[in-house]
Amino acid sequence: MGFFLETLFGGLMSGMLYALIGLGFVLIFKASGVFNFAQGAMVLVAALSMARFSEWIPRWLGFDNPVLANVLAFIVSAALMVALARAVERLVLRHLVNQEATTLLMATLGISYFLDGAGQIAFGSSVYSINVGMPKDPALVLDKLFEGGLLLNLEDLTAAVIAALLVAALALFFQYTGTGRALRAVADDHQAAQSVGIPLNRIWVVVWSVAGLVALVAGVIWGSKFGVQFTLSTAALRALPVVILGGLTSIPGAILGGLIIGVGEKLSEVYLGPLVGGGIEIWFAYVLALGFLLFRPQGLFGEKIIDRV
Amino acid sequence: MGHSAALPVHAMHETISADAAASDQAVRSGHSDRARRIGGVMLDMQNISLRFGGVKALTDISFDVREHEIRAIIGPNGAGKSSMLNVINGVYTPQQGAIVFEGQRYTRMQPRRAAEMGIARTFQNLALFKGMSVLDNIMTGRSLRMKCGLLAQALRIGPAAREEVRHREFVENIIDFLEIQAYRKVPVGRLPYGLQKRVDLGRALAMEPRMLLLDEPMAGMNIEEKQDMCRFILDVNDEFGTTIVLIEHDMGVVMDISDRVVVLDYGRKIGDGDPEQVRANEDVVRAYLGVSH
Amino acid sequence: MLYRENGQFKTSYLADQQIFPILQDRVVMALLLAVAFIAVPLLASDYFLRAILIPFLILSLAAVGLNVLVGYCGQISLGTGAFMAVGAYAAWNFGVRIPAMPLLLQIVLGGLCATAVGVVFGIPSLRIRGLYLAVATLAAQFFVDWAFLRIPYFTNYSPSGSVSVPPLEVFGVPLQSSAQRYLFVLAVVAVFTLAAKNLVRGAMGRQWMAIRDMDVAASVIGIRPMYAKLTAFAVSSFIVGVAGVLWGFIHLGAWEPLAFDLARSFQLLFMVIIGGLGSILGSFFGAAFIVLLPVLLSNIPRMFGLPLAVDTASHIEHMVFGALIVFFLIAEPHGLARLWSIAKEKLRIWPFPH
Repeated sequence: MGFFLETLFGGLMSGMLYALIGLGFVLIFKASGVFNFAQGAMVLVAALSMARFSEWIPRWLGFDNPVLANVLAFIVSAALMVALARAVERLVLRHLVNQEATTLLMATLGISYFLDGAGQIAFGSSVYSINVGMPKDPALVLDKLFEGGLLLNLEDLTAAVIAALLVAALALFFQYTGTGRALRAVADDHQAAQSVGIPLNRIWVVVWSVAGLVALVAGVIWGSKFGVQFTLSTAALRALPVVILGGLTSIPGAILGGLIIGVGEKLSEVYLGPLVGGGIEIWFAYVLALGFLLFRPQGLFGEKIIDRV
Repeated sequence: MGHSAALPVHAMHETISADAAASDQAVRSGHSDRARRIGGVMLDMQNISLRFGGVKALTDISFDVREHEIRAIIGPNGAGKSSMLNVINGVYTPQQGAIVFEGQRYTRMQPRRAAEMGIARTFQNLALFKGMSVLDNIMTGRSLRMKCGLLAQALRIGPAAREEVRHREFVENIIDFLEIQAYRKVPVGRLPYGLQKRVDLGRALAMEPRMLLLDEPMAGMNIEEKQDMCRFILDVNDEFGTTIVLIEHDMGVVMDISDRVVVLDYGRKIGDGDPEQVRANEDVVRAYLGVSH
Repeated sequence: MLYRENGQFKTSYLADQQIFPILQDRVVMALLLAVAFIAVPLLASDYFLRAILIPFLILSLAAVGLNVLVGYCGQISLGTGAFMAVGAYAAWNFGVRIPAMPLLLQIVLGGLCATAVGVVFGIPSLRIRGLYLAVATLAAQFFVDWAFLRIPYFTNYSPSGSVSVPPLEVFGVPLQSSAQRYLFVLAVVAVFTLAAKNLVRGAMGRQWMAIRDMDVAASVIGIRPMYAKLTAFAVSSFIVGVAGVLWGFIHLGAWEPLAFDLARSFQLLFMVIIGGLGSILGSFFGAAFIVLLPVLLSNIPRMFGLPLAVDTASHIEHMVFGALIVFFLIAEPHGLARLWSIAKEKLRIWPFPH
């Protein structure tokens, strides 16, 4: 039983990590109707930036304080993500207004490849580490109920809390601010939004910047846990089923979807895996998403997709 | 059939040229010929009601269409005319009511079944396949009649090649009929609107339909284009005996070429009869002009 | 001046429906085929045949298959690598378990297995489209990746997880030398490309394009969306599966599931986008581009005395691909094929300006 609970917690925690990346997908989709395949590459670039700048800035400016280094690196990286957002809007999105969803999807695929290459040329392609002071030692809890206690990964727990706070902030932003409303209008219909005077370009810069910042947070957390390496960009592909489950337009859905996928993956790997040769994690999330797509494509909390005749 | 203003006749009607007046004469004498050819009831719409969520698009509508006739559906904007056409060929399914086509009763009609039974239609907003040429668009209308399998088509010898040529001949006749020979290889997206409408008609004709549903075939056309389109519609009805159900806003056209008219307003039927009766109908006049206070 | 249609009147529909109605095109095509079948095997180096032409041809075939699905029928697919894998592994399994099975039969059976899998994963296309369909095809990619990695039956319980093929022969002729392999691949690719071209210019192709452009209108005409979409998946997967067999058997000789991974799927999608969606010729252009770019990137800097490190070259490749995808989607969605036909239009009136 203890083992089951540990697996469960582990699944919940890894689910939160997925959800962090999934948030970026949801943000951009919710606000522009574009599915951003490049979210993973953005996480990679953000993480690389954070990792390298936290190394370089102390060296350039000649000081030794790691906290200051991290803070400065974070600020610089955030600025980089905002600049990236502006570049994407100006060079790509502006020219693809009102194109089909598939075209935009493929364009973001192109952006993903570009960022992948450019990021690694700019920052290097070895494995780098991020150290922002996340607790590294696991904790043993509930040792009164279970023998020896349950192993709890504090780093994951911290990540989960950060993710939850981020989600709350974003959900409030979308519901209750004017910009949030404008974003939802744009997601619905680009042309209609334009015709009521919503400045599409600026909205998109805002959205992609916010998604970029979310990517930065995700990048820092993932990088801190796993180290920063190029596989990070494909890790984002693992997050895609999360948003399908939760609903592409639902921020809380990303969390719930993440939790379900995280737990499902871990449990199926541990309990079903040995029956079929292991490695189920590779496709479990996707097949689950496929199931949802067939019976409930809008996911748990997404808006119903109406295909007008 | 004079040009009186009992109905808000389309402004253009007032400026009909002498040329068109002469063709009106020919049309009017053609009327009596057509009246002799009109057959029994082909399509009977029984108590059709259609709702989209809370919006009632059609309420308890019944009318029939006789074989070989030209039946017009008119009414102010939003009256439910296109929805009616969509019900006839199965794009929408009515919550209540039934469709009786050639004696067979259907509560649900599928678009494919309608196509197989010989019902073809054009669309208000066109619905052409923008990625294909005029020729290919009209050829798609022959899809139901092309029988060769996948493998035969891949090898394209013998029967498959012959079938392709045979259907090409049929489609070329339609292209001749609609006078669009010069544009056959042009991608439809590049054509002016009036020609696109002809391609839409051509594609419907390629299905060799028994009944043709035309959704505002003359919308957005100038007077010459309208005359051409009227000519095509009348020719189709004359030469092939195709029954035509036509949504149209131009009253002059409706008066001239239709045998009977159905009038809809806010999803209800408010008039049904031959053009003269309908024009004199007070409810119809009120629907168009509003109530005087 | 040279490329005029002057005087070439067609007197029958059959003549008008040819693949190359203009005489000059036919001449060029005949010359090209002559060069490809006769001159190249005699003159080209082993390196050129094995490292450039053979992969180019096989990937072109796969791109043709993908183009049928994405370009002509408008159904996005990110799982092409998986279908190549199914073709390759199925053919290999047939060869291993049924001794003395002829190579051509293995290829056909491999293709048919890929078709079966393709149709199954194509079923979601009846209810979902666009991004959601892309996710469904990704599910296929990952599931198939896993199946060939972890189900030992498929690799005949090989301890290393990879499989290899014995020396190949067709109709008694061995496929050992580069020239022999090249000619075999060329023949297979030519035959299947012709079949694909016949399909897309015939009734089936029109059904596919109708579904792509406006599927509601298509159903009103009597086209069944289900039939059209599933046949698109079936034909596409068959061609891709055959390409997979060729890739594994002839180009690689021995392989493991990584050879057909997600990167391969993306690569094929890029070929189709850059080459031109909805164009058979475009598939070849796209494949040529994608095969040649890494070669250029590794050789050109060296010629200038600035050799690039392997991983830098690979990063630059990614950047170039990404940038080109975006460029083509914005500027010329019909890819290189459209640029080619614009060039031909200009050539028709050359040397007059207009």
